[in-house]
Amino acid sequence: MSNNNKGLKLAYGVVVLIMLIIGAVGLYWRLTTGHRMAGYGQLIVWGLWVAMYIYFIGLSAGAFLISALVYAFGVERFRPIARLALFTALVSLLVALLHIWFDLGHMGRFYEVYTRPNFLSMMAWMVWLYTAYFLLLVAELWFDARQDLVRWAEKPGWAGRLSRLLSLGSKDLSEAGRARDEKVTRVLGVIGVPLAVMFHGGVGALFGVVSARPAWHSGLFPLIFLVAALASGGGLLMAVYAFLAPDRGTPEHRRLVEDLGKLVLGLVLLDALFTFAEYSIALYGSIPGDVAPLLAAMTGPFWYVFWIGQIGLGLVVPVILLSWKRTRQSPGWAGVAGLAVVLAFVGVRLNIVIPPLSVPEIKGLVEAVPSPRMTTLYVPTAMEWFLSIGIIGLGIALFALGYNLLPLKPQVAKEA
Amino acid sequence: MPIVQEMENAIVRMMEDLQRALQKPPSERRWGMVIDLTKCVACDACTVSCKAENKTPPGVNYNVVLKEEVGTYPNVREVFLPRPCMQCDNPPCVDVCPVGATWKNEEGVVVIDYDVCIGCRYCITACPYGARTFDFGEWYTEGTPVLAVYETAPTFEYSEERVRQEGASPVGNVRKCHFCLHRVHEGLLPACINDCIGRARYFGDLNDPDSLVSELLRERYAFRLKEELGTQPKVFYLS
Repeated sequence: MSNNNKGLKLAYGVVVLIMLIIGAVGLYWRLTTGHRMAGYGQLIVWGLWVAMYIYFIGLSAGAFLISALVYAFGVERFRPIARLALFTALVSLLVALLHIWFDLGHMGRFYEVYTRPNFLSMMAWMVWLYTAYFLLLVAELWFDARQDLVRWAEKPGWAGRLSRLLSLGSKDLSEAGRARDEKVTRVLGVIGVPLAVMFHGGVGALFGVVSARPAWHSGLFPLIFLVAALASGGGLLMAVYAFLAPDRGTPEHRRLVEDLGKLVLGLVLLDALFTFAEYSIALYGSIPGDVAPLLAAMTGPFWYVFWIGQIGLGLVVPVILLSWKRTRQSPGWAGVAGLAVVLAFVGVRLNIVIPPLSVPEIKGLVEAVPSPRMTTLYVPTAMEWFLSIGIIGLGIALFALGYNLLPLKPQVAKEA
Repeated sequence: MPIVQEMENAIVRMMEDLQRALQKPPSERRWGMVIDLTKCVACDACTVSCKAENKTPPGVNYNVVLKEEVGTYPNVREVFLPRPCMQCDNPPCVDVCPVGATWKNEEGVVVIDYDVCIGCRYCITACPYGARTFDFGEWYTEGTPVLAVYETAPTFEYSEERVRQEGASPVGNVRKCHFCLHRVHEGLLPACINDCIGRARYFGDLNDPDSLVSELLRERYAFRLKEELGTQPKVFYLS
């Protein structure tokens, strides 16, 4: 390992450690004061955590669906990143679920969604579907990595120990065993596609069915969620592969990044088309409940989340970087485009959750209730930021541990 | 014959209506509210009596009075709209609850089981009337040496005696107007009905053609809020 690499790893470790410490402070506040330090209120009842939840759920579904290109549809071109995509999907899912768990008024009662579900509720469907999805992810990942785990079990140190543990006693390195694993992952991949479409489309439907909020109540919502998931998940994979792959600098690496870039470019443009359809139809219709949230997003105090975040980072930057020949063929620039997309979609999710809630359901509601919680302005508080930073730090730490201790790195020819 | 000759008569009449309704099996009752906007002076006595009855903390409001100034000065008029829970016959908040913690009971009132609600607040987003609020665990007399008695005294919502305290339901729950069912079942009118200074609010059994609310709805022009959403509210406004 070069010194340069060691330095990077150290910096990475320090950053993650700081994130975890900040998160611990947020966690302490959340557990000792409940929701009292939160910035969301009676009108904007969902805030940063819900936005982060749908953001990471989207990353998970997107990364999974891209892995399904390989496992279910046999697009071998993306084989090197397939397993990494599955692992990314798993970590993103955990980060998403932690966010929404802390958002509950009674965290200890989450099990009720399993013991007494109301299947008229999209939220109950969502929980059941992503539980199935979680199990499927773990199983698919295990079968895909099984033989490598068996091989890695021989390694010294933590990597070997962890691989021994996770191989669950399996020793089979035969060709027949490999063929069976491949078959199982294919079947799981095929089952996973409708499951991912259903559960993430379901998250969109969770908002879409709310007729009380005209800005959410759109048939396009489940579809927009899916496209946004694919675009953001694709961007994340592209960034991870461009910057972290062990075969950086090889022609194969460059070509695969360029191919991923084409995929992400297409998805970003498709998302822009959907968003344009949603915004333009609503604005043209001029129904106040439809228009007010959009204007709040575009011209309100957080206008920059829309213009600089969604439009600038989420559309202009990736479209330029991924279509101009000089940058799209450079893994570094393509990786930057991926990061821009990943960052921009946080803004997309914030603008889905918050502005539609900022419009009072009935005129005069805000003025009638003398409470600082009855307000059309929501700013996440330190507690919300801190806890969220901690959860994301935990996700990054888990990802780094898995990436370094388990056979997850993009497979290059010599390992196969 | 004038429907309501004087205030006391209306209260006596509604309490008699109540007794009659309570004789029937619960599933044959259908509680409703009628609010006469021409009599409302926006004194917020309903808001305050509700707070006193249910000891709701800051930010938790079962009843509010919306006020709007119409016209251009000096030709202005104020319009007032008291807003309890509409107790919809087709309540959008009920369908979305992931754990079935809120439902329309057999008397037509949308209730919440505080011991089941997980506090996800999905129902708040689904209510088109802003009638649901979240209990953040705050207190009016926070920061003073002792919490005031009116905050720590037990409440009797849903006929359960409960003392509100940190970390336990109803803190962390969604809360809403329940037509003071705990009072109604004891033969008392909801607090906001009793305390309305202009006798603008009426309560009773919509299934009983002889009840005062039924009579008012027959005799006067009534409307409901956001009829276009198909929620079928059981709160009616007279104008």
